[in-house]
Amino acid sequence: MELSGAQILVQSLKDEGVEYIFGYPGGAVLHLYDAIFQQDDVKHILVRHEQGATHSADGYARATGKPGVVLVTSGPGATNAITGIATAYMDSIPMVIISGQVSLPVIGSDAFQEVDMVGISRPCVKHNFLVKDVTKLAETVKKAFYVATSGRPGPVVVDIPKDITDPNIKVPYKYPKKVTMRSYNPAVSGHKGQIKKAVELLLTAQKPVIYSGGGVILGEASAELTEFSRLLGYPITNTLMGLGAYPATDKQFIGMLGMHGSYEANMAMHESDLIIAIGARFDDRVTGKLDLFCPYAKIIHIDIDPASISKTVKVDIPIVGEVKPVLEQMISLLNDSKTKPNKKALESWWQQIDQWRAIQCLEYDRDSLLIKPQYVIEQLYEVTRGDAYVTSDVGQHQMWAAQYYRFDKPRRWINSGGLGTMGFGLPAAIGVKLAFPDADVACVTGEASIQMCIQELSTALQYKTPVKIINLNNRYMGMVRQWQEFTYESRYSHSYMDTIPEFVQLAEAYGHVGMRIDKPHEVRPALEKAFALKDRTVFLDIMTDRTENVYPMIEAGKGHHDMKLRVALGTSTDRELA
Amino acid sequence: MRHILSILIENESGALSRVAGLFSARGYNIESLAVAVTEDPSLSRITLVTRGSEEIIEQITKQLNKLIDVVKLIDLAESEHIERELMMVKIKTDEHSRDEIRSLADIFRGKILDVTPTTYVVEITGPSEKLDAFVAAVASETIIEVVRSGPTGISRGEKGLHL
Repeated sequence: MELSGAQILVQSLKDEGVEYIFGYPGGAVLHLYDAIFQQDDVKHILVRHEQGATHSADGYARATGKPGVVLVTSGPGATNAITGIATAYMDSIPMVIISGQVSLPVIGSDAFQEVDMVGISRPCVKHNFLVKDVTKLAETVKKAFYVATSGRPGPVVVDIPKDITDPNIKVPYKYPKKVTMRSYNPAVSGHKGQIKKAVELLLTAQKPVIYSGGGVILGEASAELTEFSRLLGYPITNTLMGLGAYPATDKQFIGMLGMHGSYEANMAMHESDLIIAIGARFDDRVTGKLDLFCPYAKIIHIDIDPASISKTVKVDIPIVGEVKPVLEQMISLLNDSKTKPNKKALESWWQQIDQWRAIQCLEYDRDSLLIKPQYVIEQLYEVTRGDAYVTSDVGQHQMWAAQYYRFDKPRRWINSGGLGTMGFGLPAAIGVKLAFPDADVACVTGEASIQMCIQELSTALQYKTPVKIINLNNRYMGMVRQWQEFTYESRYSHSYMDTIPEFVQLAEAYGHVGMRIDKPHEVRPALEKAFALKDRTVFLDIMTDRTENVYPMIEAGKGHHDMKLRVALGTSTDRELA
Repeated sequence: MRHILSILIENESGALSRVAGLFSARGYNIESLAVAVTEDPSLSRITLVTRGSEEIIEQITKQLNKLIDVVKLIDLAESEHIERELMMVKIKTDEHSRDEIRSLADIFRGKILDVTPTTYVVEITGPSEKLDAFVAAVASETIIEVVRSGPTGISRGEKGLHL
């Protein structure tokens, strides 16, 4: 079969099993778009901004576990995609980004819409390729998917000069079934001796904590994590990226940990004598001040990426390997072991944890006359029976969604954890909805974040992706305002906007349903109505308490045991504002 | 502590910039860098000298290994090895100094590569400290130019860094 470069790319994507490409055309990719036009197997989703394309592909990847695919043109198309590529990179999301490039003979001449995409993307991709020979195109695409999806996943850019896709130059096509790369051998099952040592240490623990992260979700190991945790009966906490890997409604779950984690999770980490970190990377939002991190604990760390081990926190037993096979081995060792977890020690450990739980760190003023954002998330949880896919943007609303929506299944909570990209939520929700058209998909956002990719409302109409946008509108960049309140004596420097659009009208202008909710008693019926409108995108503009803060909180430079709790309920300026 | 990393990397465009970019992005320091193709034309060898605590060197080697283009690497400083650097020095000469520089070059087992009525180019090969010593021994006002390759190294004994 002889094909042009453009046809080879499209055929390769088809052979790779790609369902959707998220993209935006331009000069350097015109040949590619012409090839896309002439087939129906790979569906192209036309976004309104390339950042939207990357986030939609990312949302699709997070929800399905399959790689997201993006197609952008050279120059500004490529640079607009960078934020989304960096977002995927920080959270280890498999993605393949095809960028157009100016023709080979003019590369380096500052040609129209030329940018060094390989150079610009280098620090935020797992790997990238510049295709210089059309006969290598199919193999390069295969390599890109292989690198993106294996080992610790990540985004891979394939930069394709326009002349490589010339419809008049045809070469034989064969899509490789498999590729090997001598410099890349990602799969590891974990060192048996280390695993045995870890299990022995686990069984001696008096105050153990299981601390698991996004790696469990990426590694499809939720079932193993759950079995492992139940076998031991130890308390388990998830990172922001790991939520849903262990059912949040289970009694062994002690909440998220870290800066806005639960009091009981952070206190347990601080007092613990043994931490087992599973697919987590000791991010600074998790550890707080490193010198104060888990002062009494020995640490076991399972991670597929050796560079994550002992990067910031020195660990006692490192295990480099995929989470799933390592946990399987641990489970079988635990089942065979004569030693069992120390029942008595565990009982008193749980008693201690229950005392911390009794503080009820997530309690808030339920009698407020204003809409509390926490209440909205709780209602969202109930209306969707805890079974929705929830994407979020970045800020206070993200933390509230993480704290109050109890995720029982993996891949349901979709947010930009590492890079913290505002504008992520809506395009990500569109990607999720395309993957799961029958599922409830909610985008929890705020009036600041939503405006960063609001143009994707137009994409949502074109492709009939009826997502529900839960806009917690507090007329502030809430997280910035909160930090300014706590550390800058309430000097609210540029953390509010004087001109916020009428979102209801805006949603309607884009062809969707808009609703404004001002009173707490309106929240539940509005949510029910929104989710009942199965085939419509609904924008719920919910006027929440402007002064609400995210609690509890570990402030900068403090340790897990030093959390700022809500001082007293109902002390906000609710009543004055009402 | 000083470490000398020997890295086998795919001989492809952009591979070196991945290594250099990693160092600048993560705030590591490159003291010297020597790159050339190996006996296998698909592979290049980078010899990189860096400094850092044990933890930093461990991170550097892990991060380098993570680069898809890096095939293999070793830290030569971890075992017995030989280091060599090549230097060419252009020195201003006159009738009085010519003999002195020639004998200095002899002491350092150097070679005189180029002679003009007013200059010598001297080549010295050896460990970096030897090169430093030669430069220190020549009157600084007579030095026109110093060109150094940066150290390269190889381990002693039978083991070697190859595919």
